[in-house]
Amino acid sequence: MATIIGGVATTHVPSIGKAIAEKKYKDPYWRPFFDGFNYVHSWLSREKPDVAVVFYNDHGLNFFLDKLPTFAVGAAAEYRNEDEGWGIPVSQSAPGDPDLSWHLINSLVADEFDVTMCQEMLIDHAVTIPLQLIWPDQAFPVKIVPVEINTVQHPLPSLKRALALGRSIGRAIESYPKNLRVMMIGTGGLSHQLDGKRAGFINKEFDKLCLDKIVDEPEALTRYSIHDWVAESGAQGVEFLNWMAMRGALTGRVREAHRNYHIPISNTAAATAVYTNEKEVGQKAA
Amino acid sequence: MQQDVPGTTFFDGVQAQKGLALNRMCFSFNSAENRAAYLKDKDAYCRKYGLTEAQRKAVTSLNVLAMIEEGGNIYYLAKLAGIFGLNVQDVGAQQTGMTVEAFKSKLQAAGV
Repeated sequence: MATIIGGVATTHVPSIGKAIAEKKYKDPYWRPFFDGFNYVHSWLSREKPDVAVVFYNDHGLNFFLDKLPTFAVGAAAEYRNEDEGWGIPVSQSAPGDPDLSWHLINSLVADEFDVTMCQEMLIDHAVTIPLQLIWPDQAFPVKIVPVEINTVQHPLPSLKRALALGRSIGRAIESYPKNLRVMMIGTGGLSHQLDGKRAGFINKEFDKLCLDKIVDEPEALTRYSIHDWVAESGAQGVEFLNWMAMRGALTGRVREAHRNYHIPISNTAAATAVYTNEKEVGQKAA
Repeated sequence: MQQDVPGTTFFDGVQAQKGLALNRMCFSFNSAENRAAYLKDKDAYCRKYGLTEAQRKAVTSLNVLAMIEEGGNIYYLAKLAGIFGLNVQDVGAQQTGMTVEAFKSKLQAAGV
């Protein structure tokens, strides 16, 4: 049976893509952020996942506002990146796992999450940058299942719903008969706002609260409405929905193994975290 | 009744309808060929996408607050800004009426 080993969450700011292309790992501006991945690399070299489920939001590459799903699940054999118009180098493609994708889609719809199914899906920087950060300078060694969440056009799904979506995916993976090691990736955030007279808004205290609560008490964060979240975390801070879904998919005993928090990367409070997932005592062996 | 978040426009159904043509034009800037076509004749490109006069003026003057007022979504507007080599600090500085250096200092200060 498939095993969920844990999750990695990270900011996905586009300018990181340029910094990677220019190998600015030791540059004084970038180093505090890139150094936060040393732990991620050593953890993954021990854990050796086969597949990553990536929770992210598209920024106008695959989806346009004419037809915008709330939740979309990729079911492709390969996911390409393309020119996004803001000057980030186009990334290598990521291999898919259509069998696992369809298992997740079937399980989600049976569980009343009526997702959009995408046999073709371009992945934007919100997928490719985290993959490049997690596996630098190499072919991506995992297959992916991208799960896209609308954070662009209101009404957005609630934090409660994103957490429940993740939980449904976690249960689906645990019922998957293949012997796979599966990791979760949640991308985006933390606090930031790009638009309006409030551009540049960052809220360190609220970010700390989120990073603390997501480990043991993610439900506490579902008390916030999306409107509250914009007030506390900025207009684009709502990307935390991807972190909530990732956290939901960790079904066992969750520990924060690593946290890096740095202000600013571009206009954003940048965060990287590793969460381990251990089976609860008494939980059925996979 | 929930309170407004000052300095923030929620990109909701009202804004999404208002801005569909503008955002569609910006979506086209994912293509290098379209970016070049825009630079070659900006007004003709705006006409082709059916922008309103207010949207065309906002776009031509690169006035980001005015583009948001006219229904622009920041993720799409960033593709337009990218054509002119403007990053999100440049865009943030313009919207807040600060110099780019002052805006960057404000971001740094948020971490202290």
